[in-house]
Amino acid sequence: MIEFKKVKKSYSEGNHALRGISMQIEDGEFCFLVGPSGSGKSTIIKLITGEIRPTSGSVHVNGYSLERIRKREIPYLRRTVGVVFQDFRLIENMTVYDNVAFAMRVVGAQSREIRERVPYVLDLVGLENKGRRHPGELSGGEQQRLAIARALVNNPSTIIADEPTGNLDPARSMEIMTLLQEINNLGTTMLVVTHAKDLVEHFVNRVITIEEGLITSDRTDGHYEDQ
Amino acid sequence: MKINNIGYLLKAGIREIFLHGFMSFAAVVVTVACLLIVGSFSILLYNVNILVERLNQTNEVIAYIDDSFSEAEAQQVQTKINLLDNVHKAEFMTREEALDRFVAEHGGDPAFSGLEPEDLRHRVIITLEDNALIEQTVSQVESIQGVVKITAAYELAEGFSTLQSVLQVGSLAIIGVLLLVSLLIISNTVKLAMYDRREEIAIMKMVGATNGFIRVPFVVQGFILGMVGAGTAFGLEWLLYDFVVKKIAQLDTLMMFSLVPFQQVLVPMICTFGAAGLFVGVVGSWTSIRKFMNAPAH
Repeated sequence: MIEFKKVKKSYSEGNHALRGISMQIEDGEFCFLVGPSGSGKSTIIKLITGEIRPTSGSVHVNGYSLERIRKREIPYLRRTVGVVFQDFRLIENMTVYDNVAFAMRVVGAQSREIRERVPYVLDLVGLENKGRRHPGELSGGEQQRLAIARALVNNPSTIIADEPTGNLDPARSMEIMTLLQEINNLGTTMLVVTHAKDLVEHFVNRVITIEEGLITSDRTDGHYEDQ
Repeated sequence: MKINNIGYLLKAGIREIFLHGFMSFAAVVVTVACLLIVGSFSILLYNVNILVERLNQTNEVIAYIDDSFSEAEAQQVQTKINLLDNVHKAEFMTREEALDRFVAEHGGDPAFSGLEPEDLRHRVIITLEDNALIEQTVSQVESIQGVVKITAAYELAEGFSTLQSVLQVGSLAIIGVLLLVSLLIISNTVKLAMYDRREEIAIMKMVGATNGFIRVPFVVQGFILGMVGAGTAFGLEWLLYDFVVKKIAQLDTLMMFSLVPFQQVLVPMICTFGAAGLFVGVVGSWTSIRKFMNAPAH
C-alpha cells in the first residue's frame, strides 16, 4: 500500500514541488498519475523509492515509513517496488536474459532460483525467444517489455511506471499498457505516470491528477481532465 | 552477504580489472614504482640502523684512573661504571695492557721506546648503548671517585646520531608521500571503473542491491591491483637488493657498509609489502566508492 498524508516537499532552492498531498493507493490497485511537466509527478516517484524524504507529512510504502527510514533499509524498500522508465535503462552489454538475471543476482538470489524465474518472467512479457539477444537488437516495445520483466522479476508488490509509453508508437504503447494491466490483474499494485490521454481513457482505472504540487482530481471513472 | 554471492562478486571484481586493462596496468606500474622506492628506503633504513649500532660500539670512551689507585681499586671503578644505565660494556685495561696496545698501534716508532707501564694509567674502555647520550654518561663517569680524565669522541657520536635521525625522518617522509601517491592512483582507477559503470550501479541501486553488494567488486579490484603491485615490487626489490649487495661485497673500499642479506629481512619485507599493497588497494578503492554511493539511484 502507498499512503501520502499532507506531504510537502521543497527543494533547497525554495522550489515547492509538493504543497500538501494526501492519497492512498491500495494493494492490487491500478492507478494513473497524470499532470503537466513540473507538476510534481517525479517528486512523488522519488519519494516512493526512498530517494528523497518529505519536507513534512508522512509517506508509507509497503510497510516502510519513508520520513524516518534508515539508509540501510532503503535497498529492502526498493525490492518491494519495481520501477519502469521511459528510456528503459537497460544494460547494453548484457543479453536480455542477463539483464533480468542481474536484477535477481544483485539481491542475492540463488542460481537455481534465477534459472527458474528468468525464463518464466521473459515468457510473461513475450520475450521467451529473445533471451540471447542484446537490448540494441530489440525494438522499442521489446526493450520496454524487457524493462518490465526486470522490474517484475524480484516479485515486487508494487510497480511504478514513469512514462512507460513515452518513446513508443501508439500500437506498441497499447501493447505495453495491456501488459501492465495483465500484471496488475495478477495482483501487483500499479502506479503509472503518463501523458497518454487515449490510453488512460481506454483502460478505465483510477486517475489522480496533479498540478503545481496539489491533487486537483482523483476519479475512478477513467476520466482524464485536460490541463 | 550470502555465500552464493561470493563467487559472483569475485568474478565481477576481476572483470573490472580487464575491462579497464590499460588503467589497471598503469595503476600496477605506479604502485610497483612507489612500493619499490618505499621498500628500498625501508631496507636502507634498516641497514643504516645496523651500521650505526655497529659504529656506536666501536666508538670508545676511555676513563683514566687515578695513579694512586691500586689495580684492585681501579677494578672497583670499572664495576661502578658498568652499573651506569647507558653503558653497553666497560672493560678494565691495566697500564701494562695499555702499553702493549700503544706499542702495537705505533709499532717500531723509536720515539716511544723506553716507555714504561708506570708512565701510563689504568683505564676503563667504555662503549655506550646510545651515543646521543654521551655527554650525560661522561659526566656520570666523571663523578665516580678515582676517574681523573676522560677522552670521548663527541663529534663522531653526534655525527652518527644526526645521520640516523636525518635518514629516519627523510625515509619516513618519502615512504609516506609515495604511499599516498599509490593510494591516489588506485583510487582513480577504481573511480574510473565506477564512472564507466554508473548506469549499471544506478540500476543495481534501483532494484534494491545493498551498498555492500555494490562495493565489493570494486574493493576486490583495488585489492588485486594493490597485491599484484606489491608482489611485483617485492620480487624486483629482492633482485635489485641482491645485485647491490653483491656489488658492494666486491668493493674493498665499501667493506664497512656491508649490507645484511635479503633473507635476513625476508619476513619483515613480506609484511611491509603485503601491508602496503593491502593498504593502497583497499583504502584506495573504498574512498572512491563512498562518493558514488551517495549518488541518486535514478
